[in-house]
Amino acid sequence: MSTGFDPLAATCPAPLTEDERVLLGHGSGGRLMAELLADLTPRLGAPATEDAALVTTGAPEIVVSTDGFVVTPRFFPGGDIGSLAVHGTVNDLAMRGAVPVALTLAYIVEEGLPLEELRRVTASVAAAARACDVPVVTGDTKVVGRGAADGLYVTTTGVGVRLPGAHVSAAGGRPGDAVLLSGPIGLHGVTILSTREGLGFETGIASDSRPLHRLAAAMITAGSCGVHALRDPTRGGLSAALNELAAASGVGVELDEPAVPVPPEVAAACDLLGLDPLHVANEGCLVAFVDPARAGAVLSAMRARPEGAQATRIGTLVAGHPGRVIMRTLVGSTRVVDLLVGEQLPRIC
Amino acid sequence: MKYLDEYRDPVLARRLIGEIRAAARHRWSIMEVCGGQTHTIVRQGIDELIPVRMVHGPGCPVCVTPLATVDRALAIAARPEVIFTSFGDMLRVPGSGTDLLSAKARGADVRVVYSPLDAVRLAAANPGRQVVFFAVGFETTAPANAMAVLTAAREGLANFSVLVSHVLVPPAMSAIMESASVDAFLAAGHVCAVMGWTEYEPLAARYRVPIVVTGFEPLDLLEGILMVVRQLEEGRFEVENQYARAVRREGNTFARDALRRVFRVSGQTWRGIGDIPDSGLVLAPEFAAYDAALRFGVAGLSAREHPACIAGDILRGTSTPLDCPAYGTLCTPRRPLGAPMVSAEGTCAAYHNAGRVRQEAQEVLP
Repeated sequence: MSTGFDPLAATCPAPLTEDERVLLGHGSGGRLMAELLADLTPRLGAPATEDAALVTTGAPEIVVSTDGFVVTPRFFPGGDIGSLAVHGTVNDLAMRGAVPVALTLAYIVEEGLPLEELRRVTASVAAAARACDVPVVTGDTKVVGRGAADGLYVTTTGVGVRLPGAHVSAAGGRPGDAVLLSGPIGLHGVTILSTREGLGFETGIASDSRPLHRLAAAMITAGSCGVHALRDPTRGGLSAALNELAAASGVGVELDEPAVPVPPEVAAACDLLGLDPLHVANEGCLVAFVDPARAGAVLSAMRARPEGAQATRIGTLVAGHPGRVIMRTLVGSTRVVDLLVGEQLPRIC
Repeated sequence: MKYLDEYRDPVLARRLIGEIRAAARHRWSIMEVCGGQTHTIVRQGIDELIPVRMVHGPGCPVCVTPLATVDRALAIAARPEVIFTSFGDMLRVPGSGTDLLSAKARGADVRVVYSPLDAVRLAAANPGRQVVFFAVGFETTAPANAMAVLTAAREGLANFSVLVSHVLVPPAMSAIMESASVDAFLAAGHVCAVMGWTEYEPLAARYRVPIVVTGFEPLDLLEGILMVVRQLEEGRFEVENQYARAVRREGNTFARDALRRVFRVSGQTWRGIGDIPDSGLVLAPEFAAYDAALRFGVAGLSAREHPACIAGDILRGTSTPLDCPAYGTLCTPRRPLGAPMVSAEGTCAAYHNAGRVRQEAQEVLP
C-alpha cells in the first residue's frame, strides 16, 4: 500500500524562541525554577542552595527563612494554607538544624474574600504555631483589588536558633552516606490535585503537612555530627530535593526503587494521570544524608517519633556521577532520576 | 497493593527476564506501538536487560498531532470569547511559533481538564463563552470525546465544540510494516480494550508478524515480549492477548457504538510521518456544528514543518533518539524541537528523562 511517507514531512518545527515571560512551570521546583533562581539570586548576592540562611552573629547561631504560600484550594484534607505556612517555614529552619523561636506573618488578601475565611486561616496559623512552640511575633496585612490576587496569599518568615553540634548543610553529603527518608512520598501533591480538580481520589488520602523540627532535632542528637544534610522534599518532590542536595554536595545518589515508600493511593492516582510520584510535592517528610556509621542510630531515633515512624533507608551516596541521581529499578536495571522541566502535566491516555 | 504490586514484582520480573534470555536465539526487533509502553520500558530499563531490540513506535498522541492542528488550536485559543480546554500534555507541544502554555501566560484562557465531559460542564456553566475541547488521541480517548459531543448535543449546548485530531492504530501499524523492518508488535492494551483485536488478525496474517496485545506494567511488558519471542522462535504469527484482565476480543461494544455514531474514518496526517490513508477520525456530517475548526474558520490553516530533527524516523522506528544529532543538545525537554521530546511518553523525552546519552564515536588507540 502507499503510505504517503514524505521525507519533508518527516521533520519537526523550528525551535521555540526564548519566552521572556514567567510561566507556571517557573514555580514548580523543576529545571525551569532552578534556571530562574540562577538568574535572580546573583542579583541579590545570595546563594540559592539552602532552605534557610545562617546569620553569622556568633553563638547562638541564628537561622532565617522566608516562604510564600499560594495553595489552591486553601482548605484541603490534612491542612490548610495557614497551617501549611507555619509548617513550611518551621521545616525550612529545621533543615538547617534549627529550633524555631519566632515567626512573622504577612497576608495579601483579595477584595471580596469572606472575612470568616480569613478568621479560619488565622486560627489555623495560631494553632499550628502553638503546636510548634513558636510565637507569631509580628505581621502585616495588605488588601488588593478584586482580580489582583487569588483570594489569599500568606508569607511567613521564621527565625531559629541552631542546635549545638548541628552542622547540616545542603553541601554536607559525602560518598558512603546513607540516604534516609522519614516517610511515604506524594501525599500532599496528590491530595491538593485531587481536591482542586475534584478527581475523586479523596477517600483515605490527606496531605502529610506537619512540623519536622522535633524529628530533625532527634536525628541530630542521635547522630552526633553524622547528619550531614537535610531537606524536606516539597515542590519538585523527592527527585528535586535529591538532585539539589547531590549538586550542592558534589556527590552522586544511588536510589533503590523498591525501597522508596509510595502509598497505594498515590501510586494509583499517579498511574491514572501519568505523573511520577518522585516529582510530586510533600509537606511532611524529610530526606537526610547520614554518616553510615551513625545511620542505624539515626534511623532508630526517627522511628521513635510519630512523624518518622515509617522512616527507611532508600539509597547511598557515591563519588561517581556527582550531581546525578541514579535509581536501581524494580526489574534490576538503572535509570537517571532528573529534575522535571516545569510542571508535571497529566497525560492524554 | 491490589492490581499494581502484582505487576511490579521484582522476583517475577527477573524470572521473566531469564525466560526471555533463554527463549531468544536471535536478536529480534519488536515494536511497542504505544507511548505508555515506551515510557515503562525506558523508565524501568527493561530494554537494557533483554537480548531483543525494542523499537519504539508512533503511539504517542501528543507526538503525532499535526503541526497545523496545533497552530489551529493556538489560533482558536487566542480568541477572547474562547475557553480552550485540553489534556495537560498537549499544552507544551510546539506549534509553528509558540505553544499553548506560553499562549496562556500571554493571556489566553487555556485550561487543563481531566475529562472531555468537564469541558462540556464548563460550557454549560459559561453560556456567554465558547468552550473548545482539544480532542486528541487514539481509539482510547475517542469514545469519551464522542460522548462529550453526544452530551452537548443532548443538552443543546451551542457554545461547545471540539478540535478533532484522532488517529487509529491498525493503519499506522500497516504503514510501519510497509516501511520498517520490525519482526513483531506489542499492541496497545488500552486501544484493544476499546476496539478488540479482530482488526489485527489480517495484519498478522498478511505481514506474517506476531502481535501480542499487552498491558503497561513492567510484568505485562516482559510477559508480552516473552510471548512474542516464543512465537518468533516457533515461526508462528498469531494475535495473542497478554492483557486478558482488561481486553476482550470484541472490545467494548458500547464505546465502539459511540465512536460509530459521532465519527467517520478519514485520511490523517501524522506529525513527523506524513499522510496515512484511513488512519484518522473526523466528525460525522450530522455533528459538523460541533467542529471547532469550522466554527472558528481555521480549517484551511496549514503549516510547514522545518527540517531540523528526525522525529519521523523515530516515530516509524527506523531510528532511535540516540541517532539524532539534535538529541540532548539542540533538542531537550526544556526546548523541544519536535513533539517526541515534549510528552513524557514521547520516545525522545522518555530517553532524555532516563538520562540516556548519545555515545559519540570514540577513536580507539592501538
